Amino acid sequence: MLSGDDGPATMLAMRVIVRLAEIMGAEALLDISGAHIDSCLYHGEAGLDFAERLAGEGARVRVPTTLNVSSLDLLHPELYRGDAHTRDQALALMAAYEEMGCQTTWTCAPYQLDDRPKFGDHIAWAESNAIVFANSVLGARTHRYGDFIDICCAITGRAPAAGLHLDENRRGEVVFDVSTIPERLLSLDVAYPVIGHHLGRVAGSRIPVIVGLPPSTSEDRLKAIGSAAASSGTVGMFHAVGSTPEAPTLEAAVGARSVAVNSVSMEDLRAARDQLSTSTSNTLGAVSLGTPHYSVAELGRLVELLDGRRVDPAVHAYTSTGRDVAMEISLRGWDSVLAAAGVQIVTDTCTYLTPILGSIEGVAMTDSAKWAYYAPGNLGVDVVFGSIEDCVESAVAGEVRRDHTVWADA
Amino acid sequence: MVVAGDASGAVLALDEPLSFWGGFESETGTIIDQAHPQVGECLAGRVVTMTVGRGSSSASTVLAEAIRRGTAPAALVMTELDEIIALGAIVAEELYALTMPVVIVDEVTMAAVAGAASATIHAAGSITLDPQLS
Repeated sequence: MLSGDDGPATMLAMRVIVRLAEIMGAEALLDISGAHIDSCLYHGEAGLDFAERLAGEGARVRVPTTLNVSSLDLLHPELYRGDAHTRDQALALMAAYEEMGCQTTWTCAPYQLDDRPKFGDHIAWAESNAIVFANSVLGARTHRYGDFIDICCAITGRAPAAGLHLDENRRGEVVFDVSTIPERLLSLDVAYPVIGHHLGRVAGSRIPVIVGLPPSTSEDRLKAIGSAAASSGTVGMFHAVGSTPEAPTLEAAVGARSVAVNSVSMEDLRAARDQLSTSTSNTLGAVSLGTPHYSVAELGRLVELLDGRRVDPAVHAYTSTGRDVAMEISLRGWDSVLAAAGVQIVTDTCTYLTPILGSIEGVAMTDSAKWAYYAPGNLGVDVVFGSIEDCVESAVAGEVRRDHTVWADA
Repeated sequence: MVVAGDASGAVLALDEPLSFWGGFESETGTIIDQAHPQVGECLAGRVVTMTVGRGSSSASTVLAEAIRRGTAPAALVMTELDEIIALGAIVAEELYALTMPVVIVDEVTMAAVAGAASATIHAAGSITLDPQLS
């Protein structure tokens, strides 16, 4: 490929991979069985130039390749409030990736698609929450890939044999013990993004191992831990003993070495929870759910909590999800239930990336640690973090309402 | 060197790591992260020292875009390899034939570069320091 026998685009892609492999100290490349691309989100002309150069020179992906969110909701284009030039550039970028043979999944939760990587598969995934889910929950193997390198791996079907692809780099490096956290809190969804936020802040780029979680913690809860930890830290993988596939026991997760143990206290979790809010105002302008993209089960929970009630007309309520999941819930009739309740479904993008919210009066509320982490900087809004139950009750009431009792010591 | 090349410029020593995505504006080359102690400083054409990278992988594209526009640092001097920054510089070189050298140095060299007024990076890997602005 480097010699140009497979065309100029493959040669360019391979040259970028080899240059990265050299600086990572990789001694070889390995075959991958799939890729997930984050470069399809528009951040400037250079990203478009790269994609159009590859596509224009005939590049096609060699392995099944899914696409992360873009800046636009193609199914609900009227939601976009940004400028026309940026929209056109973003559309051109999306078209270039489609032309290269990528699947138009437009989701940050490719692990919710029917066809997803299996245990032990080598893949090249980009987007921090997708990476941490693939490594931790699926037991597939991807390094922390990002812009440019993701599509280069997809085009060549190769990746550097380094980083999280290798056994020796997948062992736990720091233990978090949550066994003193009350069972009642651990029985609630809201505990998990907060645990993840705390993990990321303390672990940094080390691989955390959690002990003391209920056995077989659900994928949605593991997803919440991972996406939060990959925002507040640079966590690319974690283990949850008894729940994730490479951690049947603590010994299996850390290997033959001693690692530091952090006991997680309720003070730690309350502090982490408080870091996820920038305001104590009760004036509610918007509620944003679905970061990462909600699963069918999470949307089912939302429908259940709404219980036929309607969101206050002064509150803009959104839930983001993938178009595949949106299709699934429309078969169940939940799309019309959500529409009747005043909840707008957003597909293909995320409300923290693109001008959808518009100017709101009051704070934006979310159940996502990742949304809470990025939205204040990206959108200039004040955020209040709460449980999905808090978010629904607040949306219906038209003001912020949070149940603080769940955060008591016992 | 992570990305080899010749460059020189006035030194700007960053007190904290900068996330190019969200913390830096490629149109002007300035730091826009309100929480960064050097918010408002312009990186364009400077030899910038920064110990480690920070933040989202989208920083690769933002850095490549700054190199294309001519608003990027003249060179980056770091103590730890950052693949995201390296990729931005590699792709800009492949696409536009514009080189922004990225050099990894030890902490002693880092402190010396940070304390100089200006620095010249040589493609072979050496760095010449000048206490005065050259």
